[in-house]
Amino acid sequence: MAALLIPITVFLLAAFVGFELITKVPPTLHTPLMSGANAISGITIVGAILAAGTSSGTLATVLGFVAVVFATINVVGGFLVTDRMLEMFKRDDR
Amino acid sequence: MNPTLAGFLYLVAAVAFILGIKRLASPATARSGNQFASAGMLLAVVVTLVDRQIVGYGAITAGMVVGAGIGAYLARSVEMTAMPQLVAAFNGFGGGSSALVALAELTNGTGLASRTLVTIAISIFIGSLTLAGSFIAFGKLQGIIDGRSITTPGQRILDPVFAVAALAAAVAIVVSDATYTGWILAAFAAVLGVTRTLPIGGADMPVVISFLNSASGVAAAAAGFVIESNALIISGALVGASGLILTNIMVKAMNRTLGAVLFSAFGASADISLGADSEDRVARRGSPEDVAVTLAFAKRVVIVPGYGLAVAQAQHTIRELATLLEGRGVEVRYAIHPVAGRMPGHMNVLLAEADVPYDLLFDLEDINPDFPSTDVSLVVGANDVVNPLARTDSTSPIYGMPILDVDRSNLVVVVKRSLSPGYAGIDNPLFYEDNTLMLFADAKKGLSEVVSAVKEL
Repeated sequence: MAALLIPITVFLLAAFVGFELITKVPPTLHTPLMSGANAISGITIVGAILAAGTSSGTLATVLGFVAVVFATINVVGGFLVTDRMLEMFKRDDR
Repeated sequence: MNPTLAGFLYLVAAVAFILGIKRLASPATARSGNQFASAGMLLAVVVTLVDRQIVGYGAITAGMVVGAGIGAYLARSVEMTAMPQLVAAFNGFGGGSSALVALAELTNGTGLASRTLVTIAISIFIGSLTLAGSFIAFGKLQGIIDGRSITTPGQRILDPVFAVAALAAAVAIVVSDATYTGWILAAFAAVLGVTRTLPIGGADMPVVISFLNSASGVAAAAAGFVIESNALIISGALVGASGLILTNIMVKAMNRTLGAVLFSAFGASADISLGADSEDRVARRGSPEDVAVTLAFAKRVVIVPGYGLAVAQAQHTIRELATLLEGRGVEVRYAIHPVAGRMPGHMNVLLAEADVPYDLLFDLEDINPDFPSTDVSLVVGANDVVNPLARTDSTSPIYGMPILDVDRSNLVVVVKRSLSPGYAGIDNPLFYEDNTLMLFADAKKGLSEVVSAVKEL
């Protein structure tokens, strides 16, 4: 289990960075934050690509394929809809 | 590709995510922040694709084309009012992907190390639960599934049984390394996701979505442990943290605890008694013309929009009214309660869509001190979030909930269809105050009439 120590360290430090950054996001942007963060969690696409591209058996390839579809929906849809929302936020120019 | 170079580029991607979230600290830089994060994601995908481990590109290309098409279509066509269910659905896909990656690893590998098997089990469990829970949440918000709390007899006994079964399957994965154990775990986790989300009422869904968002982050991090990728671990931790913070904000704003939302069927809330003396009191009724006069001759107006405004699609009408008033020299601002919409910050997006500038939107803590010096507070489609009982009646279920203190302004105008209580089922004494004027109308129709009346002044 000693080998788990490094990934756990990375996880904890990143979680602290996350807490620090996210508490600074104003409430007015909480919906874009949530959809943007959601898109970032689509990083599992990396794992999905590896699973789809390195699998030998049919079942594993099918699983990888579906994983790629799901993750791409999450990533592409998430970033696009976040952009669509943020584009609407405008200052009072008068 | 050289593994060190690949690892370095993944790190660059992770830093792009961190910088992207950092730029969300201001609406002025937020859009570029989202572009930063997308660029990081593109880099991570390209690095993975050119990585020499990949033997076949067919399934990948097909999967990405299909996924990108579906994702782009959903992102472009969604109504802003439907944003909570879209986020829930995307969330579900993310969780599902994590679970599938882990299942593929389990199917593919033989003689996997026990630490890999542990993380595979965690990844399958959280991922599958997130997938199922998110789609139940989606169904409830979309109105496909009854939004009220759905409870089944025997659930208090069955849920722990399912949980124990899932745990047993997880142990079996680590011990036996057999593919079918992964499917059993995925199935039990999915059942738990369904049975744990069904009893939660529609009004509590924002909390569930935030919580599942956090879970999908943890699922991504767990998948990162499986494939030993720092990029996944860092991104997953970021998302997990963001989901937890937002969950906490929502829970506080609703005067609940996370445990109460997740483990008690409150959304139904049928047995809360109404104020006993509500029959004796008379609410002061105003016409659109009365409201127009009070608003047009005020100096400072605060608009308090609730979800009823969005349901009636009256965002543009309220914006039109605000513009008219500003033209007459009235200072108009908006007070946004954290649970004004169906997810954190939802009302802000809905108003932004109606071209309301974001610097006119104020949070609860910022605007509350200003109500005593406000001439007119215009409450549209909101109820519980302006109920003074939260301050005064320690026996009320909403006692202690942070509210907008509109009752402290000189005059309150409430646009509402009837005197009926809000989702918490609690009578609102604000409606019967001497300084309250009720305009009984659908938000859009009522506001349109006020707009016409102001134009004629």
